[in-house]
This record gives sequence, structure tokens and C-alpha cells, in this order.
Amino acid sequence: MNQSMLVLVGVLILAVGTYTFRLAGPLLRTRAEVSERVETLLADAAIVLLMAVLTTTALTQDQHFAGFARLSGVLVAGVLAWRKAPFVVIVLAAALTTALLRLGGVA
Amino acid sequence: MYVRSIWSHLGRPTTRAIALVCVADGLVGISYGAVAVHSGIQPWVVLALALLVLAGASEILFVGIVAAGGSPLTAALAGLLVNARHLPFGLAIHEVVGTGWRRVLGTHLLNDESVVFALDQDTLERKRAAFWACGLGILLCWPAGAALGAFAGTVIEDTDAFGLDVMFPAVLLALIFPALRERRTRRAALVGALVAVAATPFLPSGIPVLLSLVGLLFGFGRKQPKPEVTA
Repeated sequence: MNQSMLVLVGVLILAVGTYTFRLAGPLLRTRAEVSERVETLLADAAIVLLMAVLTTTALTQDQHFAGFARLSGVLVAGVLAWRKAPFVVIVLAAALTTALLRLGGVA
Repeated sequence: MYVRSIWSHLGRPTTRAIALVCVADGLVGISYGAVAVHSGIQPWVVLALALLVLAGASEILFVGIVAAGGSPLTAALAGLLVNARHLPFGLAIHEVVGTGWRRVLGTHLLNDESVVFALDQDTLERKRAAFWACGLGILLCWPAGAALGAFAGTVIEDTDAFGLDVMFPAVLLALIFPALRERRTRRAALVGALVAVAATPFLPSGIPVLLSLVGLLFGFGRKQPKPEVTA
């Protein structure tokens, strides 16, 4: 098999596997009734995973510290979210903070 | 008409928020596509991944491994580890994905952003509308951006200079914040985040995020028996 074919196979494995992961959750749920407590637990699980994604993205890049500029942007977003600022303000303020810090030479 | 009912259930702030996220995704896509091709990946690979996988982090990882000379099969497995979290996502928001033929597309639209927008809404109609609007927006913007970067070689010099890299975590934080006001959820999420960050330097991508689920044990406390969920 040449390299292009191999890459195509890799792409297809990733695509089919990912679709399977996406499909499995809703399919399992149609098969089984769950209690309200489990329902709460599943909702919490999604939040926990998203929190882990955001924290690792905020702090690390390729298994190393991502730098203070990005971290500061996320912290600004956190404070604004806590103060119940509008979504667009939160996200743009985070980007602006990080961009200005980088402009000022902070990594 | 289904599309019309999506918009009628979304308020203007949510529509604007979703639009911002999709545009930011598109810009990241342009940069990623250009960088991928620059590092020796063929443009069709970038486009195929964007359309068929539609999960940015795993695509970037796949391309990075292949560009560095790794096997595409290893790259696919690494990407699958990153995408395993879609299973618990589907368990949590199964109702928004749709049924029948709609589910075929709805399933493909499940990603971090569409899930978090759905979780952030209060009624099922609004959850469904937010999920579909965000999912379809990303289905449009991410492949379009990646293709533009890959085929046109449109290089945005350094997207990090504009702080684009901080937008994704900021979006997630803004949208999960209301849920974190619940003490139980907050404890679970904080412990989980700590575990994930601590594990990141030592374990392959994807695994630390999955390990964060141990945080759930702390959220639910001792009074309740350990829940029997197979995830």
C-alpha cells in the first residue's frame, strides 16, 4: 500500500471511529431508561469533560505550559463570566487580553 | 420547516454567540489548513478530515503525527483517543441529536461547541435549536476554513498574535459557568480539571481529559452509592 492509500485508510478509521463514538451515546440512551440521579450524573459528566478540555487547553500546548498570555486571557474570561458579562464580551475580552500581552512581549 | 424552527427558538444573543464561535472556528481552520499543507500534508487530506471527522483537535493531532513521519494508523488511533469523549457527550444530550434520518446528520454535528451550547440552554426546544445551529454552523465554517487554508494557501501569519487560541477555552468557560454555580458540579469539575492537567505532561492526548471523570466521585460525595454507569 502506498503512502496516500495509507493516509486515506487512517482518515477513514478516524472518521468512522469518531462517528461511532458520537452515535453510541444516543443509541445507548434509547435502549435504557435511566433514573433522574443518573441523568444528573451524565449531565455533570459532560460539564466535567468540558472543564477538563478547557483547562488543559488554557494551560498546555503539546504537553508543555502554553504561556502566560493565553492563561491570562482565560482568567479574564473567568472573571467576566462570574460577573455575568455577555458571551460576546467574555470571548472578545479574552482574545484582546491575550493579543495585547503578546504585543507587549509576553509569551 | 425544521431550519425555521431552529431560528425561532434562538434569541438574538444566542444566535450572535453561535455566529462568533463559528467564525472563530473558521479562522482557526484557515490557519490550520495552511500550516498542515506547509508541513507536507496533501490538501485533500485536510479537507477529508474536516468533512468526515469534524473534530478539530483530533484532526490537528492526526496531521501533526503524519507530518512528523508517524504512521497514519497510529495517527488515527491517537485521534480516536481524543474523540472518545463524544460518547459521554452523547449520553448527556441524546435528546437534541434527533431521531430517524435526522439523527444521521445530528450525530455528526456532536462536538464540544454544539454540546456546550445545548447544555447552556434551559428548555429542550432551545437546547435542540442551539445544538443544530452551532453544529450546522461549524459543519460549514470548519471545512470551509480548512479548505481555504489548504488549497488557497491563505496564510494568516500568526493567529496566536490575535489571541485566537484563547477563544476556544474562553467559549467553553463562558458557557459552562452557569452549571458551575451548582456546588456538586463545581467540585466534580474542579477535581477533574486538576487530574487532567496533572496527567497532561505524562499521558497521550485525550486520556487526561477522560481521566477527569474521576472528579464525579467527589461531586456526588459519600452519601450516595457509586453510580453504576458504563460510559
